[in-house]
Amino acid sequence: MTDTTAKAHALYEARRTRTAIPPFTDAEPGLGMDDGYAVQQELVQLLLADGDRVVGHKVGLTAAPMQKALGIDTPDYGPVLASTAYRDGDAVPLDAFVAPKVEAEIVFVLGDRLEGPGVTVTQARAAIAGAVAGMEIIDSRIADWRIKLADTVADLASNGAMATSSRIVPLDDGPNGWDPRLVGMVLTRNGELVDTGAGAAALGDPVAVVAWLANTLGEHGVALEPGHLILTGALHAALPMNPGDVFRAEFDRLGPVTVRIA
Amino acid sequence: MSVNVSELAARLSKAVADRTAITKLTDEFPELDIPTGYRVQRELRSAAGEIAGWKLGVTSRAKQAQVGVDSPIYGFLPAAGAVDLGEPLDTSALIQPRCEPEIVFTLGRDLKGPHVTAADVVAASSGVAVGIEVLDSRFMDYGFTMADVVADNTSASRFVVGVPVTTSGVDLRLVGVLLEKNGEVVATASGAASLGHPAAAVAWLVRQLAAEDEGLAAGQIVLSGGLTAAVPVRPGDVVTATIDRLGSVELGCR
Repeated sequence: MTDTTAKAHALYEARRTRTAIPPFTDAEPGLGMDDGYAVQQELVQLLLADGDRVVGHKVGLTAAPMQKALGIDTPDYGPVLASTAYRDGDAVPLDAFVAPKVEAEIVFVLGDRLEGPGVTVTQARAAIAGAVAGMEIIDSRIADWRIKLADTVADLASNGAMATSSRIVPLDDGPNGWDPRLVGMVLTRNGELVDTGAGAAALGDPVAVVAWLANTLGEHGVALEPGHLILTGALHAALPMNPGDVFRAEFDRLGPVTVRIA
Repeated sequence: MSVNVSELAARLSKAVADRTAITKLTDEFPELDIPTGYRVQRELRSAAGEIAGWKLGVTSRAKQAQVGVDSPIYGFLPAAGAVDLGEPLDTSALIQPRCEPEIVFTLGRDLKGPHVTAADVVAASSGVAVGIEVLDSRFMDYGFTMADVVADNTSASRFVVGVPVTTSGVDLRLVGVLLEKNGEVVATASGAASLGHPAAAVAWLVRQLAAEDEGLAAGQIVLSGGLTAAVPVRPGDVVTATIDRLGSVELGCR
C-alpha cells in the first residue's frame, strides 16, 4: 500500500467512525496541494465503490481572510457526494459529522458541459443554468480543524454536506437579470440575525469561482457536467452548530434555504 | 464635580480645528454618561450651521454585543460635511478618516412621533441611495466609550450620497452591499446588517428624537448605519460602495 493509499484509507475510516485523525502535515510538513489532491482522488474512489455518486463540486478557501490564514493565494475544491445532499427544510443529524460548521453559499446548477483550461468568466456564465440558495455543512476529519492546505484538500476540501433550495433561478440578462456579486444574504440562527454577506465575498465573483473550477479540473482532464452543482464558497465566517439549531439563509433573488440540526 | 458640557464641546471643536486627536473625555470625566454625551452633541449641533440630516451608529447587533450596549446611537450631519459626487475627499482636513457603506434615506415629508415604525419610514421617504460615510473620531485611535462617541457626534465627519431611487419594490433587508478599496473587495454585507432592516434603524432614530420633541424634516437625509466595518483611508486611496438596485458611489482621497 502506498503512502497516498494509506492516507486515503485513514480518512475513509475517520469518516466511517466519525473519529478525527491528526493532520498528515504534523508528521510530513512538506506535504503540498498536489499530495492532498492525490489522496482526495483515492478517497473518492473508495466512496464511489460503496455506491456513492459525485453530484457536483464545492470550492473552498474563496475568501481572502481564509486564504491569508492558510498562507495561500488559491481556492481548493472537492467533490459533493449524493449521500450528503439534503433538501430545504431537512433535519440534518449532528452525529453524522465530526466537527461541523455552517456556511451560506450561492450554488450554481450547470446547464452545459464546461471543460478547461481556457474557460473565461463569460463562458462560465453562459454555461450556468441558474442558481439556488445553498447551505454547506463543512466538517473536518482532521483533529480540531488543525488543517494545512494538504490536509483539507485530502479531506474532500472539508465538505460535510449541503442543503439547497429547489427553485433554479436563471441568470438571464433581461429586465430580471441580476449580478451574483451583488446578491445579498441574511443568515439567522433560531430566528436571530447572525451575519450578512453578498456574493462578491466568494473570490470577488461567484461566477469566477466556476471558471476557476473548470480550469483547475481541466488540468486533470476532468470536465464539469450538465446538472452538476457548484458550491461557490461562504459569504460569511462559518458558524458552529448545536442540536435543535435552525439555520436559515435568505438570499436576494434566490429565496431561503433552511437546515434544522437534529 | 459636574461635567461642563460647553467646555467639552469646545474641546471637541478645537480637535476638529486643530486636526489633532485628543484623549477620550471619560478619562478625565468618568461621570460623563450617554445622556450627558447627547447634551455635548446638542451643543455642537447648535453651533454647526445648516443641518443636512442625521446618522445612526452602532447598528450592528454584533458590534452592540462587543461594546456592551443594546441600542444604536445617533448624530447629526452638518450640511458642510457633504462631499459631492466626483469630488475628492481632502484627507488633510481630517485626523484619521475611515469609510463605510450606507443606505441613505431621503425624507419626502416630515416624520415625527414616538411610535414611528420601519413601514412609516419607507412611506415617508422619497427615495433611497447608496452612500459612503467618512468617520473621523476626534479621539486617539478611535479609543472611546459610548458616552465619548455620542459627545463626539458619533465620529461624523463627511459623507457622499448617490442619486436616490424610489423605495418601491426594493427589499432593503436583502440588497447586497459591496465595499471595495483600490479595486479590491474588502467587505460584503446585506442591508439587514443595520439593525435587521435599515428602515428600522431610521424608525428608532425618529422615536429617540420624539423624546426631545424633534423629528425628521422633508428634504433631510438619514445615513442608516454602517453596513460593514469601516476601512481606513489615506491620500491616493479610492473607495467604492455598491448596493444592489441602488448603484455605486466612488470616493477618491487626496
